[in-house]
Amino acid sequence: MFRRSDQDKRPSLQIFVDGVAVEAREGDTVSAALLASGRDVRRATAVSGTPRLPYCMMGVCFDCLVTIDGVGNRQGCLVPVAAGMQIEIQKGKREIGR
Amino acid sequence: MTRLADAIIVGGGIHGCSTALHLALAGMKPVLIEKDYAGRHASGVNAGGVRQLARDVAEIPLSIRSMGIWERIEELLDDDCSFESHGQVLVAENETELAAYRARVAELNALGFTHEELIDGAELRRLVPAVADTCPGGVVSRRDGAANPAQTTTAFRRKAELLGATVREGVAASNVRREGDLWCVDVGADTYAAPVLVNAAGAWAGRIAASLGEPVPVETVAPMLMITSRVPHFIDPVVILRGRKLSFKQFKNGTVLIGGGHLATPDQDRNETVLDWKSLAVSARTVFELFPVMRDATIMRAWAGIEARTKDELPVLGPSARHAGLYHQFGFSLHGFQLGPGAGAVMAELIVNGGTQTRIGDLGIDRFRSFTS
Amino acid sequence: MNAVPQRDAYDVVVIGAGPAGLAATASASAAGLSTLLLDENPGPGGQVWRAIASTPVTARDQLGADYWAGAELVGEVRASKAEIIHRATVWSLDRHLEIGISVGGASAFVKARRVILATGALERPFPIPGWTLPGVMTAGAAQTMLKSSALVPDGRTVIAGQGPLLWLLAAQILRLGGRIDRILDTTERKNYLAALPHAFAFVTSPYFMKGLAMMREVKAKVPVTTGVTELTAAGEGQLAGVSYVAGNRRETIPADLLLLHQGVVPNVNLAMAAGVEHRWDELQLCWSPVINGDGGTSIEGIAIAGDGAGIGGANAAVVRGRIAARAAIEALAPAAAAKLTPMTALKAALAQAERGRAFLDTLFRPARQFRIPADDTIVCRCEEVTAKDIVDAVAIGATGPNQLKAYRRTGMGPCQGRLCGLTVTELMAQARGKTPQEIGYYRLRAPVKPITLAELAAMPKTDDDVKAVVRG
Repeated sequence: MFRRSDQDKRPSLQIFVDGVAVEAREGDTVSAALLASGRDVRRATAVSGTPRLPYCMMGVCFDCLVTIDGVGNRQGCLVPVAAGMQIEIQKGKREIGR
Repeated sequence: MTRLADAIIVGGGIHGCSTALHLALAGMKPVLIEKDYAGRHASGVNAGGVRQLARDVAEIPLSIRSMGIWERIEELLDDDCSFESHGQVLVAENETELAAYRARVAELNALGFTHEELIDGAELRRLVPAVADTCPGGVVSRRDGAANPAQTTTAFRRKAELLGATVREGVAASNVRREGDLWCVDVGADTYAAPVLVNAAGAWAGRIAASLGEPVPVETVAPMLMITSRVPHFIDPVVILRGRKLSFKQFKNGTVLIGGGHLATPDQDRNETVLDWKSLAVSARTVFELFPVMRDATIMRAWAGIEARTKDELPVLGPSARHAGLYHQFGFSLHGFQLGPGAGAVMAELIVNGGTQTRIGDLGIDRFRSFTS
Repeated sequence: MNAVPQRDAYDVVVIGAGPAGLAATASASAAGLSTLLLDENPGPGGQVWRAIASTPVTARDQLGADYWAGAELVGEVRASKAEIIHRATVWSLDRHLEIGISVGGASAFVKARRVILATGALERPFPIPGWTLPGVMTAGAAQTMLKSSALVPDGRTVIAGQGPLLWLLAAQILRLGGRIDRILDTTERKNYLAALPHAFAFVTSPYFMKGLAMMREVKAKVPVTTGVTELTAAGEGQLAGVSYVAGNRRETIPADLLLLHQGVVPNVNLAMAAGVEHRWDELQLCWSPVINGDGGTSIEGIAIAGDGAGIGGANAAVVRGRIAARAAIEALAPAAAAKLTPMTALKAALAQAERGRAFLDTLFRPARQFRIPADDTIVCRCEEVTAKDIVDAVAIGATGPNQLKAYRRTGMGPCQGRLCGLTVTELMAQARGKTPQEIGYYRLRAPVKPITLAELAAMPKTDDDVKAVVRG
């Protein structure tokens, strides 16, 4: 859906999406990195389980909710990636108490 | 223009709406006057607990009466009000609390009330698996439950209207007065007149009672609530504490409601409240300790509903001690939601029959006779 | 940059580091007021100047001069004594000017003598059938990725809607080598006539020539369909195509990405939760705060600057930020105020910056069918409530957005009505034959952004604890 412009010279780093290593760039938000990865990163809603991707990318819509380093319901579009970050795509209601 | 009615009810909370419905069921044509809209304040935004558990003995008969109505609420209102009956559990956090609860249940049994039942740690964990290991037991009222407060209040309003009640929303009742044998109330450009006036104005009822010469020690309070995002189902009954302030309930949709009576600062004239986050943090800490599973749930919203609390934390329910045709139904002091259906039925009996079989003698306004505002 | 606020009270707390917030911070700080700037994003700039300090787009002309215009102001703020905290979520503000902030998973409160809200705008909801499908995003979302990560669309891409931002985005995507297959322009033909009386002010404003050049640049490379009156996103769990009607023509275009845009509206959540009075703006079709000439609101001590006070664009936002700051300086440090640019000069600059706005508002007034959906189209994305659900609830007695919550949970999800509120108000107004002002809006409450229970539980409970933590 998206590709990186050639002029992007930022250093790359590795994050993990559902345990799989994915390349991101320093300064990407989690949501941008997920969309750039080419992987299926659709979450399933807590209400009906229908698939969604980020919609607004500016902290408004909450369709980018992901679990980051074990903390659920984070707005992926507001969180910059960090090397080694563990990201889980949320399927349905966010489990608590793990 | 003056319009005649059989009764004027001031206040469109669950109490006013329930009384309107029960009067309409008895064949009367009441008019209900609500300055905002039905359920705008505490009745529409409370925790929705349908609880007989842990009530003052003085209001237990009314609570039991009400429970009977709750259990067939859909028949009455053509709306299930999202009422669910999974019991309510009063959790003892330590042996001292458990001992006090044991004595309380024995006292109730001696009075002939059997709805409260002492439970040990094993039964507590069977009912509430997520509760902290340190809690030694508690009390359960198995028929209790919870409903959606806004849906319920609206359903009472809708059914009352369907059966012939007039509902005037968005304009305050003013200039409440007696003219001959009739009570008169101005509503915008209109005046309503009726032989019966029911003061069910919630946080605003104290002012009406005082203006009619029956001051009551009542204050305006705004208990706060907060709700989490949807989490997987993990608890059925409503859980309450008495030592620390907490009520705790998970809805069918997965959201968890956290309340218990910490207060916001109400601004009655602005119709708003300012939340006290330091107290909400105390609530959060209580949940954090009692339900470790909840620690990374997210808080979505917090709010507070304005209502009246009397000095003895019991409602004022019954006829005026001074005026014929005047009735009071207010001051439910943070626990009036469950009582709404029953109190409306009782109020209709008082108005239509001049009496009721339900024991409400301790709730009369004359208990505050010596109070002057 | 600091991780947590260094004090527990400030003269001025500015919320939002876009054009208005940066300008307000620069002015307040330069006048010697203790100033705290809080912003949710990783860096300064807001949306218009997003990632201005970090963008990987090095070819400056690709983002355009209006983008780089923000660099000077960012430099001014960074050189000032103001504290700046990024990735700070302001989740509560009340009439006592107490501000609840979450930074790095911990919450604290700070107090302000003056609060300047510069929370900007968000894109107007565009509730067409299928707008919740993966592959449908806002134009602003694509622009955010372009500016902050140099990401451009490379699948089959359709841009639909209207307004200046849509053309700017299209131009930027093309300059960075991205792909656009089609632009579907939903501007109503009747609007051209309606906007005519405002045309003189517009053609003599700086927007005119820039806008014309940009549209020419885009139209040279992308087919544009005008007069689009119906729009649908279709697909099973993923966008597959976009259907539209324009005149007598009905067509379905295969698409992987649909970018929607029909203007921006004030981001009112924090102001409303604080209790600031708002009114329905019939020209801009949104809720705007009731403000005086200095941005002051119905709550003593809270001012609003920038697009959050009514859409005016970046240039106007900068001036409004300076005006709001100047009013705070006059109140808190009158001696310092005497040395500043006179208020009359700022007001004249504002009038200049707002020139042409009425034309844009009228020309790009979104069509009714794109604001007020019907049938199975989702209105509330969070709780998955359709237009029909809402109309049905009205039929059984829901009279306004707050009553509707009891029936349908609209607005009760995590976005707190940001993406359904305007639609719900207009839909209920239509269904009940009332004006949007009469129907009203959701009563918004803190936290305006969710916080975890653990974070709230860990919050300091006494004032001494507060000091201990925020000074930490």
